[in-house]
Order: sequence, then structure tokens, then C-alpha cells
Amino acid sequence: MGVSRREFLKLAGLTAALGLGTGTAFELLAPGQVEAGEYLRSENALRGKRWAMAFDVKKCLANGEDCRICIDACINEHNIPQYDNPLHEIKWIWKDLYKYAFEDTENPYVSDDYKDKPFILLCNHCDEPPCVRVCPTQATFRRPDGIVMQDMHRCIGCRFCMAACPYGSRNFNWLDPRPHIVHYNPKYPTRRRGVVEKCIFCNERIDVGKKPVCVDACPVGAIIFGDLHDPNSELRQVLRKRFSIRRKLELGTKPSMFYLI
Amino acid sequence: MYDADKIIPGLIVFLIIVLFPYYYTMGRMVPAPKPIKPTKYKKCVEPLSYMRAAHMDILDAWRDEVVRHEKRVYVSSTGKEWDMSLQNECLRCHDNKAKFCDRCHNYLGVKPYCWDCHFEPNKIKELPHKMMTKETM
Amino acid sequence: MLEKILQGDRRYWMWVAFLLAVIGVGFACYVYQCFTGLGITGMNRDVSWGLYIAQFTLLVGIAASGLMVVIPKLLHHYKKFIDLVMFGEFMAISAVIMCLLFVIVDVGQPMRLFNMVLHPTPHSMLFYDMIVLNGYLLINIIVGYNTMLADWKGVPPPRWIIPVAYLGVPWAVAIHTVTAFLYCGLPGRHLWLSALMAPRFLAGAFCSGPALLLLILFIVERVTGYRPADEDAYQTLAKIILYAAVINMFFTFCEFFTAFYSNIPAEKHGLLYMFFGLEGYHRLVPFMRTSILAGFLGIFILLVPPFRRNRVLLGIACFAIFLWMWLEKGFGLVIGGFVPDPFGKITQYSPTLPECGIAIGIWAIGALILTFLFKMAIYAKRDGQRM
Repeated sequence: MGVSRREFLKLAGLTAALGLGTGTAFELLAPGQVEAGEYLRSENALRGKRWAMAFDVKKCLANGEDCRICIDACINEHNIPQYDNPLHEIKWIWKDLYKYAFEDTENPYVSDDYKDKPFILLCNHCDEPPCVRVCPTQATFRRPDGIVMQDMHRCIGCRFCMAACPYGSRNFNWLDPRPHIVHYNPKYPTRRRGVVEKCIFCNERIDVGKKPVCVDACPVGAIIFGDLHDPNSELRQVLRKRFSIRRKLELGTKPSMFYLI
Repeated sequence: MYDADKIIPGLIVFLIIVLFPYYYTMGRMVPAPKPIKPTKYKKCVEPLSYMRAAHMDILDAWRDEVVRHEKRVYVSSTGKEWDMSLQNECLRCHDNKAKFCDRCHNYLGVKPYCWDCHFEPNKIKELPHKMMTKETM
Repeated sequence: MLEKILQGDRRYWMWVAFLLAVIGVGFACYVYQCFTGLGITGMNRDVSWGLYIAQFTLLVGIAASGLMVVIPKLLHHYKKFIDLVMFGEFMAISAVIMCLLFVIVDVGQPMRLFNMVLHPTPHSMLFYDMIVLNGYLLINIIVGYNTMLADWKGVPPPRWIIPVAYLGVPWAVAIHTVTAFLYCGLPGRHLWLSALMAPRFLAGAFCSGPALLLLILFIVERVTGYRPADEDAYQTLAKIILYAAVINMFFTFCEFFTAFYSNIPAEKHGLLYMFFGLEGYHRLVPFMRTSILAGFLGIFILLVPPFRRNRVLLGIACFAIFLWMWLEKGFGLVIGGFVPDPFGKITQYSPTLPECGIAIGIWAIGALILTFLFKMAIYAKRDGQRM
């Protein structure tokens, strides 16, 4: 028994059809008189058709190669555990060298500006995400605004998505994450062992009108967030002006993370 | 009946095992649980009788609406708006899990695993709060 | 019929007790895994599937291979296989149950498995895997058990199971095809991204499965003195194994040719890591080389008729072919697919002790089920009222 409005109406109809008369559907389901509630989107929610990000790599590197403000902001916001064992690591946003981030295009004669320089990596929120295609329970799915969402309540932990993701963006909770969390944000839940998690594009902030936490945290404004479908967005403007690259385009996943170089 | 000497004692043992819990609790009065309701707030999301019977369905529906349908506001039958969040809305008033949630759940022997991920409100202060910064790495 | 599993001599009960002890150890390991998490295994964020899923893959093949005794009997009316069919089907039953157990121990939230039914997802290959595996189990239970009862009563099997048995033929192909599709449809996993995966899986299944069946039947003959078919039938089965093994080896060669002649690094990396080592990492190399050598050995013995007719050599060939597939499909192919990872880095995997304990426990469960089923089957065949 659920209490979605659609189901409520169905049940109400059924009650009427059965001639159960004056009572509401909920009297069938539960004692007391309650009309079904209604679910609304927040008025402040940011509305977009395909959220995306551009990383101004030059600005990012100019702020120091060891800067990790956006990464720490994410860790602090989302209760991401920190493991000593790199094999159990949980990473929503992290950085890795150019030759690993773009391992398919890496060549020994790449410009000194980028050779052995760190790039910010996260879930690419693909337009055609392989992880969504393979998930047997729709625990990971693509929202209408382009965010590839992970329903940690539904995930059975089969890790098919981890095999399918060509970007290494998915993490499995090999152990109970709670003892490994260094800073608890009481406003955001943790995860339990046995589920897959990843960057969820701060949908909890977008749905109440805020930008993703990494975007807000970056002190030099190197992360540009916006709607790819809106030709006037800041994101589209910067993509028109600057040359950008994306990871593993040949796989047809249509990633939403652009790197301005 | 073939093998009656094995089947009948087997059935008796089976019945004893199955019926033992009933026999064991027979005649014992276990007082009904008395969860402590928040004092500062008068009204819950929906009327008390409904919440008592169907709070798990509300939570289940909220969870799906928030996680899967981008909806975060619940308009109750009285027209009041609520943030659909166990941790940030329900537990704002029901700030003592042990004295509220656990009393009925223990009585009924249910163990919802909400708390593996969502925080018990009165335990948050005990958790570590070492912000991640460059220095802590 | 079921009561026959409770009747046996001392040797039988010792065997059952041994299996139960192994199952107990495996179960203890599983309880440990349940309470600690899959972190107790060797799997990690780069090699996110390991021994469990690899063994699952191998066993789907073993299950599908029942087909190799069913087809000659069902489609070609090859009379000599008539008594082999039931044993093939019973081996399939125990293999499918082991498959399902390997999936259950591999998922992080086993109590949520029902979500696959509550939220059916036709674009996920695992959805079809669930349907075909459970369906195949059902088909084999229906056909196998009814054939056995008919044998016991000395009557021909009921006519209505014939269409069910025919349905089992494409269904067996389906289970292994779908299992191959789990792997070969993933972008960026180049070792698996090959249209040959499904045919190769089937060829591998059709040699390793009957090889295992022959081995088991040899043991059964030793222990009980019962043999379900004459030497001719065994020789036919050995030739079937040979054909499938040669085709399987040919497919492996094709994979090597495409990767190395095209010289595309991503195509080569997985094979290099498995057979030659990559950037100094070569944990899989001894296993994979043993595997391929065992394959050649098995094929060689089976190719030479006098060797094939020698019971000891035939046993060695069957063992070699099973070992070949156990190491390739049941281990290397799945691990190799995760090397190198999406960043071009290499993480090596080896299973941990509790992980092996769980896997061995599942094999013991399979062996126990097989023991019970074969015991009933042999009783029905030998002591049933033959017409």
C-alpha cells in the first residue's frame, strides 16, 4: 500500500465503485480520516533540461596543483568516508593526472601545461549512461534534467554498474562506511555497506535552488555549472568561446563534463 | 500409514516447536508501549491515528518522491507544507529515537534499517566533526 | 523417491557428513561476510567482480551443457544416450542452484534481491538472466523428476513433458547467451567487448560440461558399479567434447588474432595481462598458461582414437578440459576484463581465504544436491520396475 496521489485516486475510485459509500479510501487502508497529501517540487528548485559542468583547467591549475577545496567541500557535505586502503576508496569528486583522466588520448608529447597535471574527475552524468542501462532494479536512473541519480535505498549491490561505467566513477561500500567518516554533516545521510554510490550532482541542492557544492566552493570560479539546453546559459557561452574536451567520447556515452583547455 | 512410528513423533516435535512461543507468552501481560511525543509541537504531518497506522507508508512514499521524482514538498491534508525529509523534518520534532521510534518498534519486534544511513537526532553531537581540509589529509 | 536419499551405507554417510562439514565452514565464512561486508573478499573498486561471478559464469555453462546429452537423444533419437539424459539434467539442476547461490553471495544487499522482481527492468541483461536461469531450473526439475518417476514405475515418461523437454533446448542456449551478454555489451571493457563472447561461452560450455559429467559418471561407476551407458555412448560423448573443445580453441585463437593483428592497445591489454603480463603485473599468467596447456592436452588425447578409448587417458582428458575452462571462464576471463581499469592503471586481484571458503561451500552444496539426485536416479534406473 502506497500513498501516492495516483494510487489514492485509484483506491478512492475503487471504493466508490464498490459502493462502500461515504468513507474515504484511507478508511479501507488505515483507520482515521485523511485525504491524500500532495507532492510538489520546491518553488526555488533550479529547472534545467540537461545539467552539465565545465572545468576551466587553466584557472584550476593556476590556483595551485594541490588545491582540493572542491573535493573537501563534497566530502564534508555528503559524509563521504575516508579509507586508508585505496582499494576500498569512495570518491564522488577527485583528481587524477591528465594521462589517467584522458588515458585514451594520452601521448608523450602533450603540452607541458597539462602533462602530469591533475584534472578534476567526477561522474560524467552521461546522456546515454551505460550504468543506467545495466542496472537491474532502476536503482540508478536518469532524471529528466539529465542527472544520473543513484537510489541508495533500492540498490542491491550487484556492481553491474561498476563494470559498465567506463569512467571509474562508481564506488561500492565494501565495508560499513560510518566508522570511516571524518566529518559528519547531520543534514545529509550516510550510506550502508553493500550499496553503490557516486556523485549525484548535488540534486538535493539543485532541487531547493542551490548550485552543486563543488561549484560554490571553488574559490576561483573554475567550475561553471549550467543547462546545456539553454543557449544563453553561462555554460553555453563559455563553451562557444573556449575549446573543450570530454572523456572517452568514442564510447557514445555523451558525457556532461567539459574540460576547457 | 507407513512409518507411523517415525512420522507421528516427528509431527509432535514439530508442533511443540511451533507452538512453544505461544505457550511461553500465554498469560503474560506486556504493557502497550508509550512513545513519548514531542512537547513543543502540537500537530504532526497528518492526524495522529493515521500517522500511527501508516507512518511507514508516508516515509516510503516520501523517499520515492524525493529520490526519484524531484519532489521535496509535501502538502498535507490540512494544506500545510512539509519538507519531505526523515532526518531534517520528522526528527526535528521527534528528537528522541529511543523514547519515540524504538518503543513501538521494539514492542512489535521490527527493526527498520533507516538508522544505518539516517542519523539519530540525539546522537549527532557525539559523532566526529573534523572538517576535511588540506591539512587533515 | 525422496526417501532414498536417507538410505545408504557407511561410505555414503561419510561422504554426506564431509560435504555438510565443508558447507558449514562456507556458511560460517558467509556469516562473516554478511556482518562485515564484501570488503573481506579480494574484490575492490577496480576489480569489482571476482571469484564469485566468475564461478557463476562457469556454472551457467555447466548447466547449459546438459544440452549435449539431450540433443542427440531428443533430436536425433540416439538411443544409447537414453539413460544419460537424466544425469545430464540432474547435473544441470545442481549447477543452476550453484549459479543462483554465487549471485546471492556476490550482491551487497541480498535481502533486497526481490527488488529485481518488484522493479522489472527489461533494458538490463540481469533481468533476463534471472528469468532464464530460474526457468531453466524449473524445466530441468520438471523433466528430470518426471523421467525418474517414470523409470521407477517402469512406464514411459508422460507425453506432456516432451514439449517441455524440447523447450529446454533453446532455453539452454539462452542461459549462456544471456550470461555472455552481461559482459559483451559494456563499453570500455575491451576484453569482453567481442561478438565472439556468446559463441565462445557456448563452445566452452559444451566441452567442459560433458567432460565434468563423464568424470562424475566414472566416479559413480567406481563407487556404485552403475553405468548409465555403454562404452560406445561414452565415446560419442568424448567426440562431442572434442568438437566443442576444438571450436572453443579456435575462437580463442580468433580473439588473439583480432587483438594482435589490429595492434589496437585496448584490444591487446586484457589478453596481454592474462597470458604474458602487462607493465610488470602478471599474477594471472601462470593460471592462464596452465589453462591453455590443459586445453591443448585434452584436445590431443581426445584427437587420437586409441588414447580416447583408454579409460585413464579419457579421464585425464576430461579433467584437463574442465580445468582449462575452470581457469579461463571460472576465473581469468572475468578478472582480466577489469585490467587495466578505466584510467589505464592496474590493480591485481586474488581471492581471500573467506572468499574461497564461501566458494568451496557452494561447490559442496552443489555436490550434495548432485549426490542426492544421482542416488535417486541410480535407484530408479537399477531397481525400478523395468518394462
